[in-house]
Amino acid sequence: MSMQESVVRLKARYWPDHLLGEILSKRWTETAIPVIVLFIVAFGLSQAIDNFFSPAALSDTARQAGEIGFVVLGMALVVVVGGIDLSVGSMFALCDFCALYCLDVLNWPVPAVVVATIACGALLGAVNGFLIGYLRLRAFITTLITLIIYRSAYDLLLFGNSVKIASAFPDFASWDFIGTGSLFGIPSVALVYIVVAVFGHIFMTRMRPGWHITAIGGSRRSAYNSGIAVRRTIALCYVASGALTATGALFFAARLGTVGGDIGVGLEVTALTATVLGGITLGGGNGSVAKALAGTLIVLLVTNGLTTLGVRGGFNRMVLAGILLVAAMIDIRWLKNRSRIISKVYVSPTYHFLPPPPSTEVGKGGPFEQNDKLRDVTLIGLGKIEAPEDVILDRHDNLYAGSRHGDIIRFLAPGYERMEVYAHIGGQPLGMAFDRQDNLYCCIGGMGLYRITPERKIEKATDETNRSLYSVNDDSRLRLADDLDIADDGRIFFSEATVRYEMHEWPVDGLEARGNGRIICYDPKTNTTHTALRGLKFPNGICIASDGQSILFAETFGCSIKRYWFDGPKKGSVEIVMDNLPGYPDNINLASDGNYWLALVGMRSPALDLAWRMPGFRKRMGKRLPVDEWLFPNINTGCVVKFNEKGEILESFWDLKGTNHPMITSMREHRGYLYLGGIANNRIGRYKLDNADPNFVQYDRRWGKTS
Amino acid sequence: MTLKRFSQQEVVFAIFVVLFAAFALFLPGFATTQNMLTLLQNVAVLGILGLAMALVVIGRGIDISLIAALAVPPGLVLQMVQDGYSLPLSIAVALALALAFGLVNGWLIAYAEVPSLFATLATGLLLAGLGQASLFKLDVVQWSDGMKGFEHLGQGSVLGIPTPIIAFAAVCIVVALLLRNTRIGAYVYAIGDNPYGARVTGIPSRPIIVLQYVLAALIGCFAGFVLAASVNSMPTRIFNSTLIYDVILVVVLGGIGLSGGRGGVLNVIIGTLLIGTMLNGMTIMDISYSGQNLIKGMVLLAAVIADSFLNPRNEETAQQGDI
Repeated sequence: MSMQESVVRLKARYWPDHLLGEILSKRWTETAIPVIVLFIVAFGLSQAIDNFFSPAALSDTARQAGEIGFVVLGMALVVVVGGIDLSVGSMFALCDFCALYCLDVLNWPVPAVVVATIACGALLGAVNGFLIGYLRLRAFITTLITLIIYRSAYDLLLFGNSVKIASAFPDFASWDFIGTGSLFGIPSVALVYIVVAVFGHIFMTRMRPGWHITAIGGSRRSAYNSGIAVRRTIALCYVASGALTATGALFFAARLGTVGGDIGVGLEVTALTATVLGGITLGGGNGSVAKALAGTLIVLLVTNGLTTLGVRGGFNRMVLAGILLVAAMIDIRWLKNRSRIISKVYVSPTYHFLPPPPSTEVGKGGPFEQNDKLRDVTLIGLGKIEAPEDVILDRHDNLYAGSRHGDIIRFLAPGYERMEVYAHIGGQPLGMAFDRQDNLYCCIGGMGLYRITPERKIEKATDETNRSLYSVNDDSRLRLADDLDIADDGRIFFSEATVRYEMHEWPVDGLEARGNGRIICYDPKTNTTHTALRGLKFPNGICIASDGQSILFAETFGCSIKRYWFDGPKKGSVEIVMDNLPGYPDNINLASDGNYWLALVGMRSPALDLAWRMPGFRKRMGKRLPVDEWLFPNINTGCVVKFNEKGEILESFWDLKGTNHPMITSMREHRGYLYLGGIANNRIGRYKLDNADPNFVQYDRRWGKTS
Repeated sequence: MTLKRFSQQEVVFAIFVVLFAAFALFLPGFATTQNMLTLLQNVAVLGILGLAMALVVIGRGIDISLIAALAVPPGLVLQMVQDGYSLPLSIAVALALALAFGLVNGWLIAYAEVPSLFATLATGLLLAGLGQASLFKLDVVQWSDGMKGFEHLGQGSVLGIPTPIIAFAAVCIVVALLLRNTRIGAYVYAIGDNPYGARVTGIPSRPIIVLQYVLAALIGCFAGFVLAASVNSMPTRIFNSTLIYDVILVVVLGGIGLSGGRGGVLNVIIGTLLIGTMLNGMTIMDISYSGQNLIKGMVLLAAVIADSFLNPRNEETAQQGDI
């Protein structure tokens, strides 16, 4: 190995190249731009202004942030549902008036004032909500009109009452606390805001109505078609916007206690600015409380900072507008190109060295020497079944196979002419195994481990495991459960081929050749799942070894068979049984003579072997070429071999013409025949074995019963 | 049973007719030639702005920055003349400023793909801030002797018709010709109707969008000239008023949907007439400014609700982001 290659190998092993793509694919990175802008703004202002972050200044900022923050939360909610609320400024003014009128003129107690103000806001919002939600008016024009109506109403009300309000000096401790009080140094308004924001976050991300709101914003029509009460939800969003605005106005009223002609004028612009600046898309379907908060803080810091700096009013506006534009442009570019960037950086190939493979050429000898034994297979279900990745036979000789359509198909013995859908699961069945009670356990790609009882009842065994401590991707959900076998005590060991890719992207995992797979153990007795082994290169076939304490498993892109002890004196250890196979091993199953069958789904090629040693090359390929021009593992030709636990290849079976079984992913021996499945095939092969036990039934051998 | 569907245009026009008739019958002094001219003169600036907005809205955009374009470049003319520059030079500079402003708007929306509502909101702030911070000495830019002759644009009359009305009519004709008789106009409708479809068919949609905003800024600037000439000053604080909302109302009320691709100059005229009639009638009735706004809002709301009942929104063709 050359020096250069050693460097490549070390870099691929220790440099966490794959993390970048995984971090970027996290949803919270959508919020990254607003938050970064916020930090830059805060840093810039703290450099320009002395005491910008002094406790007093912070407290003052927090009060304003709280007041505007409520309005922005309301605006954000309405924008997420696919609307807009331009009337918030006028509602703010009316609610401010309502609070002070109730307190100063009507002399109501403080709790009644609070309730009345929020009810006032909700009522004003309900008008919007009724018009937009139920009458289906356009949000923009409707709230524009209510903006004018509410503002005129406020002006008219103010005309008669401003003197009365201005001359009153309310003295309630609780009112003062709302306005200027604080708890543990945190202003009252900020406390309430935090509570509302936390609830809002949980509401939007974890609760059904929140999801409904996002769904309506994303596609009103689809939301309607899927049974969401679109009109009511939209109306309630405007009510909530009104109530939130009223909350902000309440604190404002308590803090300043004034009514003036310009209260709330232009607030809709500020709120809208904060909303968009936070990264909430106009048009709906995308937004969060964190974004609203980030937007609020940016707007507020900039305006406050510039006021403190004493710049002229116009300059203040220019800076705000400039920041807005730049941030919006970056944000839009980022949102637009994020998925493209992710797709470019997500694939992160590593160094994978394989020695030259053993020869398979005719005439060169060796256990892999090609032959044409599979030429004479008989075909079952030709053209009637698609993608039987695995095949299995029960003790009544019926044949089961998965299909691309999410079914398990049963071919009835004898003859296997008649077929029926044994169970419809909905995901593609991969590996299958019968347990002692005749339950058919099945790995379903993209879904997890499922169980079909003899009564044909489909039950989910498990679809998640414990989350790895240091993984960035959430790897608790099963992405690609592949093959399984069942230990004597009923524990089920199954492989998950990769945690980084979905089922249809499995060749990309081969391109990456990273140990992304794992072996997981499910215990039906306790109904628990845990990860037994991780960091495997596409673990695939699994078979309980003869000692009952270990499993043999195939690593497809590792081109090796390994053995893992889950019990006994060697518990936890892994040994290599065979490595440097000439092809990519797939399923492993018992043979009647105590040895094992192994399918090689495809044969290695020198080009990919070389490419596997060149991560940089594959990275460039992933970035610059379209997917269909990438170098992928060959799965067009393969074979079946028989091996023993010592790692010796005993026999191999080829189909040279490639007409019957060009690719084989699984095989089962049953009563002297070998049944062959392939994930790209439209048939199941049946091959007569010489010198095989004509009474061998895998179920009987495994569970010690006789059929 | 076939029910005749009234378009929003017809509904609004009907309301206008009813309102006009009611005022003419019950309001002394309304149906006089002199009052009619006053009415039109008062809404001419609004109408011109409405045309600028219509141009953009038909192309599925919105231009919140129109008021900045109205206030700042004409204000600059007044300020420059006050500072001793010649009137033609000042006008040229103002037009160049409006042109550049339109280009910036158009670039942001067409090329940087910032939503138009937001982009123009920000650029409007930017331009208004620029004027306030470095161009004007006072909020109200005063008339000076060098402006002599310019006031005819706002105060003169031709054949007894006040020039603002003629200006409005002229802009109407220009915009109508542009929209109806030129390829560019057809492109604007195509882009407004289906931006992606327009782009796919090979329409140079980005340059056309830029052109829309440039034209809007220039028309806005022209409206500013008319305004300045009629009041002999440029009150730049007009940017803080709710005038832009009135402009949007004129456009939307007239029947130009915010989703683009629909409507024309006639809609703007109808919208302008309705607003103008209402304002004029209420002024004669001596209703306070707030009261006028309240009534205006109520009538508008009624019009929009009526429209939604006569022309319910089609959920199947509603587009996402169509707010």
